[in-house]
Amino acid sequence: MAVLLLGEVTDGKLNLDATSKAVAGAQTLGEVTVLCAGASAADAAGEAAKIEGVAKVLCAEDASLGHRLAEATAALIVSLAGDYSHVVAPATTDAKNILPRVAALLDVMVISDVSGVVDADTFERPVYAGNAIQTVKSADPVKVLTLRTASFEAAATGNDAAPVETVAVPEAPGLSEWVEDHVAASDRPELTSAKRVVSGGRGVGSDENFALIEKLADKLGAAVGASRAAVDSGYAPNDWQVGQTGKVVAPELYIAVGISGAIQHLAGMKDSKIIVAINKDEEAPIFQIADYGLAADLFTAVPELTEKL
Amino acid sequence: MKVLVPVKRVIDYNVKVRVKADGSGVDLANVKMSMNPFDEIAVEEAIRLREAGTASEVVVVSIGVKQAQETLRTGLAMGADRAILIVAAEDVHQDIEPLAVAKLLTAVIAEEEPGLVICGKQAIDNDMNATGQMLAALLGWPQATFASKLELGDGRATVTREVDGGLQTIAVKLPAIVTADLRLNEPRYASLPNIMKAKKKPLVEKTPADYGVDVTPRLEIVKTAEPEGRKAGVMVASVDELVAKLKDEAGVL
Repeated sequence: MAVLLLGEVTDGKLNLDATSKAVAGAQTLGEVTVLCAGASAADAAGEAAKIEGVAKVLCAEDASLGHRLAEATAALIVSLAGDYSHVVAPATTDAKNILPRVAALLDVMVISDVSGVVDADTFERPVYAGNAIQTVKSADPVKVLTLRTASFEAAATGNDAAPVETVAVPEAPGLSEWVEDHVAASDRPELTSAKRVVSGGRGVGSDENFALIEKLADKLGAAVGASRAAVDSGYAPNDWQVGQTGKVVAPELYIAVGISGAIQHLAGMKDSKIIVAINKDEEAPIFQIADYGLAADLFTAVPELTEKL
Repeated sequence: MKVLVPVKRVIDYNVKVRVKADGSGVDLANVKMSMNPFDEIAVEEAIRLREAGTASEVVVVSIGVKQAQETLRTGLAMGADRAILIVAAEDVHQDIEPLAVAKLLTAVIAEEEPGLVICGKQAIDNDMNATGQMLAALLGWPQATFASKLELGDGRATVTREVDGGLQTIAVKLPAIVTADLRLNEPRYASLPNIMKAKKKPLVEKTPADYGVDVTPRLEIVKTAEPEGRKAGVMVASVDELVAKLKDEAGVL
């Protein structure tokens, strides 16, 4: 049994948190080889080599791999897949774009958003927005899966580096090209790996009012999240969205402000260690899953909380 | 240019999901079913392209149980021109896997030759997020997933995508597969006259055998369970009490 794991590489940098959580999740499936692909990937490969549990790192550098375009990256993975029983990746938007394409090219089913590994063929994954957990057993010769990072503790990084090999890159299919990225520059921690998250919902009322959420987050050194209702109302950008259709987070502390607790939101945060809910509606469903609930007007409670922390 | 939109019949997003006590799945008997919300967005985008004169015809396709013709009628009422139903399951609890769906769609596309396919990014039942990508792979077409903006011109589509760090814009050669994310548009409601008109629009029925595709699942569903519940904690009376609890009891500050 051998695992090919697509490392999360963006603009030449390794996303260590997502990659090492996937390494931890894949550990029981076999010897893990991490693939780092990009226009430049050598630094990322060097870093991935130090993650504990990584046996080998493959480094693929080519301009066509620069922006994680699915067509070129999938072609690369397929060219390497013959040596492996499992092809896995952290369930990021990049991997969710690429891995189903890989699976179809290998004529196997993809298994998305795996939250638990039962054995080499059997996996648990949330369905129906996390309202049910399905256990599936794959009969395919190669298992292609994405691992939900919130479900796994990150593997540690050590000093012993695994060997790094350079691999040949197949000719790019030339079907797509990158135009531009709009990445919000922020000093805040990244949402999916943050230890603390403060999220606002429709109750926040406007994008100006979202400053209250951001101030509390900055006081805590937290990432900022939002419910789908807040995103749909234009109070917050979509990449802040936590939930079934957004990001899945599991921080040590999650503070939900003005969020009623729709199923679709809970699906993205209910694995958080401690959940705090602040909402003026005492009947809000969020209180049924919160460790600490405060039924209060957020416009007085949040500034007071920011002040007293 | 013809635009093809695959649509799926799923449990209505407002319905509370109930896991069957014997672990065999989710109870779908006598439950309200609707078009997958992401597919509604895909249909809306295709209709807007036709209204703008970019697309000449919008064809909706559904694969599943016979009752999926209601879902197709919804698409026709929104404004699609005609529909294809591939009856691949008898029991509403039987889900056709994305790989099999992609193979059937590949066969439909070989016949229909659309210039663009718009799918929803994921179905809210199996949450796989895979059909569009798999279809692109089988066709050897480019894919532009999680789209929040779509512009067509000169043999290519420029698509803005919702990605983890923000937005990415890519250009893909046509024909291509685009998968719709939430912010691509707000789907219209079908008006009563259009619902009546939709009843007369053409809907053809096929089977997987017509296309020579085997829809046997690759994944065996061993069991379906309720997620571990989270117990409600305590209500605090003030911000001071909250801060004290977080510091002393939870130890997270």
